[in-house]
Amino acid sequence: MTLWMIGNMAAHSVPSTLKRLLFAVKYSPLQSRCCAVQREAQYSTISIPSEKTFDKILIANRGEIACRVHVKMADEAVCVGSAPTSKSYLNMDAIMDAIRVTGAQAVHPGYGFLSENKEFAKRLAAEGVAFIGPDTHAIQAMGDKIESKLIAKAAKVNTIPGFDGVVKTAEEAVKIAQEIGYPVMIKASAGGGGKGMRIAWNDEETREGFRFSSQEAASSFGDDRLLIEKYIDNPRHIEIQVLADKHGNALWLNERECSIQRRNQKVVEEAPSTFLDPVTRRAMGEQAVQLAKAVQYSSAGTVEFLVDSKKNFYFLEMNTRLQVEHPITECITGLDLVEQMIRVAKGYQLQHTQDDIPINGWAIECRVYAEDPYKSFGLPSIGRLSQYQEPLDLDKVRVDSGIQEGSDISIYYDPMISKLITYGATRAEALGRMEDALDNYVIRGVTHNIPLLREIITHPRFVSGHISTNFLPEVYPDGFKGHQLEADAKRELLASAAVLYITAELRSAKVLGTQRVASTPVECSHWELCVELGEERQDVEISKSGTVYTVEMDGAKVEVWGALNLASPLLPLTINGTQRMLQCLSRDAAGVIVLQYLGTLFKVRVLSKLAAELNSYMPEKVSEDTSSILRSPMPGTVVAVSVKPGDTVAEGQEICVIEAMKMQNSLTAVKQAKVKSVHCKPGETVGEGDLLVELE
Amino acid sequence: MMAAISVARSSCGLINGLKVSLRSVTRVKYGAVSATVPQTSLHRSCRWYSVSHLSVKERIDQKRQAALQGGGQQRIEAQHKRGKLTARERVQLLLDPESFVETDMFVEHRCADFGMEQDRNKFPGDSVVTGRGRINGRLVYVFSQDFTVFGGSLSGAHAQKICKIMDQAMTVGAPVIGLNDSGGARIQEGVESLAGYADIFLRNVMASGVIPQISLIMGPCAGGAVYSPALTDFTFMVKDTSYLFITGPDVVKSVTNEDVTQEELGGAKTHTTVSGVAHRAFENDIEALLNLREFFNFLPLSNQDPAPIRESHDSSDRLVPSLDSIVPLESTKAYDMLDIIHAIVDERDFFEIMPNYAKNIVVGFARMNGRTVGIVGNQPKVASGCLDINSSVKGARFVRFCDAFNIPIITFVDVPGFLPGTAQEYGGIIRHGAKLLFAFAEATVPKITIITRKAYGGAYDVMSSKHLRGDVNYAWPTAEVAVMGAKGAVQIIFRGKENQAEAEAEYVEKFANPFPAAVRGFVDDIIEPATTRKKICQDLEMLASKKQVNPWKKHANIPL
Repeated sequence: MTLWMIGNMAAHSVPSTLKRLLFAVKYSPLQSRCCAVQREAQYSTISIPSEKTFDKILIANRGEIACRVHVKMADEAVCVGSAPTSKSYLNMDAIMDAIRVTGAQAVHPGYGFLSENKEFAKRLAAEGVAFIGPDTHAIQAMGDKIESKLIAKAAKVNTIPGFDGVVKTAEEAVKIAQEIGYPVMIKASAGGGGKGMRIAWNDEETREGFRFSSQEAASSFGDDRLLIEKYIDNPRHIEIQVLADKHGNALWLNERECSIQRRNQKVVEEAPSTFLDPVTRRAMGEQAVQLAKAVQYSSAGTVEFLVDSKKNFYFLEMNTRLQVEHPITECITGLDLVEQMIRVAKGYQLQHTQDDIPINGWAIECRVYAEDPYKSFGLPSIGRLSQYQEPLDLDKVRVDSGIQEGSDISIYYDPMISKLITYGATRAEALGRMEDALDNYVIRGVTHNIPLLREIITHPRFVSGHISTNFLPEVYPDGFKGHQLEADAKRELLASAAVLYITAELRSAKVLGTQRVASTPVECSHWELCVELGEERQDVEISKSGTVYTVEMDGAKVEVWGALNLASPLLPLTINGTQRMLQCLSRDAAGVIVLQYLGTLFKVRVLSKLAAELNSYMPEKVSEDTSSILRSPMPGTVVAVSVKPGDTVAEGQEICVIEAMKMQNSLTAVKQAKVKSVHCKPGETVGEGDLLVELE
Repeated sequence: MMAAISVARSSCGLINGLKVSLRSVTRVKYGAVSATVPQTSLHRSCRWYSVSHLSVKERIDQKRQAALQGGGQQRIEAQHKRGKLTARERVQLLLDPESFVETDMFVEHRCADFGMEQDRNKFPGDSVVTGRGRINGRLVYVFSQDFTVFGGSLSGAHAQKICKIMDQAMTVGAPVIGLNDSGGARIQEGVESLAGYADIFLRNVMASGVIPQISLIMGPCAGGAVYSPALTDFTFMVKDTSYLFITGPDVVKSVTNEDVTQEELGGAKTHTTVSGVAHRAFENDIEALLNLREFFNFLPLSNQDPAPIRESHDSSDRLVPSLDSIVPLESTKAYDMLDIIHAIVDERDFFEIMPNYAKNIVVGFARMNGRTVGIVGNQPKVASGCLDINSSVKGARFVRFCDAFNIPIITFVDVPGFLPGTAQEYGGIIRHGAKLLFAFAEATVPKITIITRKAYGGAYDVMSSKHLRGDVNYAWPTAEVAVMGAKGAVQIIFRGKENQAEAEAEYVEKFANPFPAAVRGFVDDIIEPATTRKKICQDLEMLASKKQVNPWKKHANIPL
């Protein structure tokens, strides 16, 4: 179920540019979550009332993206098909129909989907509808990785060796890889960013990478071509935002540091980069502009570079669209990129010169994903957002999302919940705000990556700016394990849990209304409890005086003050004089309290001393042996099953492939064994934890 | 588990007559201590003081000490090894600290046969601990069977102790909680023991609807003994350590030649998923007792009391925007009724009853603005939320409990009808379905109904409709109140006609919406889903003084 909406531009912050917007959203009704940092930062854009505007613009994309394109409310919606993207947002016929039905004069493609599809741009041109983006030839030139590299070379832009084109067989891929020299990276030519990108260090991995990438190329982009190129080890991913008009003017709007990635997808971005000096920045910016001019680029675009530790930079690719992380550039430059794109599409000249482009302050963006960061830094998770609260009451925080409480996160789309952007005069200020914003962000019903995001932005290596695209695997070689509590922090957590427990106990004992049989009031201000965290048990004494709880454990005292609201997911506490925002996810009768503290979820169990003593008699319940069963680690669709009952599989051998959120994941055997039974077949939809294959 | 085998045999005795029981007596492990068994020092001292010239005070102290020891340290350790707590530990954990007031600590059994009269076979308090106490300050009567004394078997004295606290609970008007852990009848006492069961059964029946009665099965409970929990309002079980059955696996094998384990026959999983005998199961003794405390908070002390009100931190006029989009546009698509319930009730706190049995209906307790309410909802996620035999019976029993104890009932309706088929018809869906109808119709507590989507056919009438004295009946904009779905209706109305699709569209336009019901006043209002919580809280406030009385009768004749 997919909807298109048409927005009334009355709510636009730059109202003269256009009157109405038309855009696609997945969720209806839609409420915009765009809180503009820029409203305070002030765009440097000058509205010119005499400029003629588009009356109606179609935004061919999903809620969070459409919403970003400055819409408060939409007033028309068109369904473009069922959930799978190939039947909706990638369905050009349906979109063209939508344009005709609504009479839109221009189309903003957002990002992803058809944003860099030259075919789409062509069809729009044929209908006389303006495409808010570069001209077809630029999309074609830059969308094609071979051509873009040739053009880049010709434009004197640094490039890295590689091959791009149709690769027919795995062996051909291996040959190309050997010519370039390992390591190489393989991806679908048409895919943007790192989506579907795979690194191969040997022939075997090349074959596997070829298989995945070619399948993905066909299923996600409808274009079989592959890109194979030299992989630069330990690089930074830094990109330059460019903006060009149809009159040959082009600007570089500084860089975005996007090195924090998992599986080659960006997680945390910032602008500017801590790494670039003005000279390098200018060199990169100028090369980016040279490239834009070489293809007579108009509109906003991004030139991606890999930067090595010596500040050598290589052209990676150019994205001929607005990018997910564009808000951080808006924050530091004060330009509204969407507005500029629309003006350019209408044929106006740029309002700025290169000297007008400042770097004001620092901006950070975290991509909040519906995924489990404990599995490979993030495997998709699905569910219904039973509770959802964005930290919009915080200063200089912007959240771009297309979802709201009650929305379903399905397996059919990218698992991004929102982009969380904070801004500050300095990097430290922006980071501090991000910490607060993450702590105040309430997401329930799906597993999300806030634990990982918060760990990244507070990690000493990140804070010092010492990062590369290998940051995550280097910092967490054994995978992400959540925040590791130090003694003080642990005491604070346990004390908070104990206080929450006591608050609930006291409330239970307070029965309102007149009672036939008088109840015995519980008048207690001192408790002895036992708090468990993992394997650890801690005896705790609590005394209450007014609203202050003093929690003693291990010979140390923790003072907790807070007006605890047992209905609220947020628990603002003052612990030993420091304000902390904890979140309570659940609290059950058996004393189990799940708290989010410093971003990570901790399961704490609070019991009375008596219950804790007696609990030692309770038997440990044995859980099932998981080495011989393969369960789906995430919800998705079974693409291929490589084994049948009776087969013998080697350790590490592929058993089946699950596609979720447009990513293909190969599931392998953890031990050598004979296949006992297979419980799934290709095309089937499976849920997280569903039994797929049993081994003997 | 020898204990359990003995259970099977003793239970067989109960069913097949005393003769069998007596024959099996020598095989019963938890029978009398035979002369060859080495006596514990405690037993020796018991015998010693009974012939000595200790002061009365000293004897009182010694008896009290002995009572606290139950069956002795060895048996206590054995109990712990099984992952079970002792009768006294359970009581301690269930009740507020230091609130337990024990009765009949000095009661001993009166059996004089099979060497039972010997001092070493006498335990002060016998095989049950009884008394009263407080749960969060509120009065409750408790009995806790002591497996360490003769396997918790029920003697005449044991039964008498239970009856005594039940009688007092009735006169005072406070709930009774039974913690069951008993090998069955005290076979040495024969018919005395059977009489004891019957005395308890009678009190269970007399107390039914007067005070809430809760059973927590924490060990074996077999043979005739199972009927006491069966007569109480709620039966909870502990996973892996509790069993409920009429006859054990041995008897089953000899009579029907079925091979079945105790766990399969009468474990927590069986009774919470297949038979519907138990209402909830918990991981272990501790979790069960702590949950029981939580559960108790929802209940009034007796039918004289209103549903309890707790301080609520959740504002009563909270809007729930997520509900506006929860019902899928396609009427064939499922959604989870629990999502609606969690979003509406206070603090997302819902104590579900029978969560794994007849899952096409959801029942349980929650609070609205602090006040306990009973929630009934069709579950579209399971079997489209249709009503069948099991869900009707599950719903009916819950509704009657709420009605008996002044707990307002909130009903969420999304029901496509009764489940068709021979299995249902042969199983008696007509009379079982009638139970739910009967229960809603006779209920005089405040009744609020929200039709979220489908309310088709007779099932519409059943689900607390306006016609059954619903006090406030709402429809969401997605509601469809109709005799049946469009497809079926069109096939009947326009049988043989071409252009069925067009006819279907016309039917949908006319009937698949809340208007046909609203124009007739069968729903009081069509409301925005987001406002549902606010509306219900306001209505409950108004209905708190509702008074409605059914015609005098000895009792109604609900179809059983």
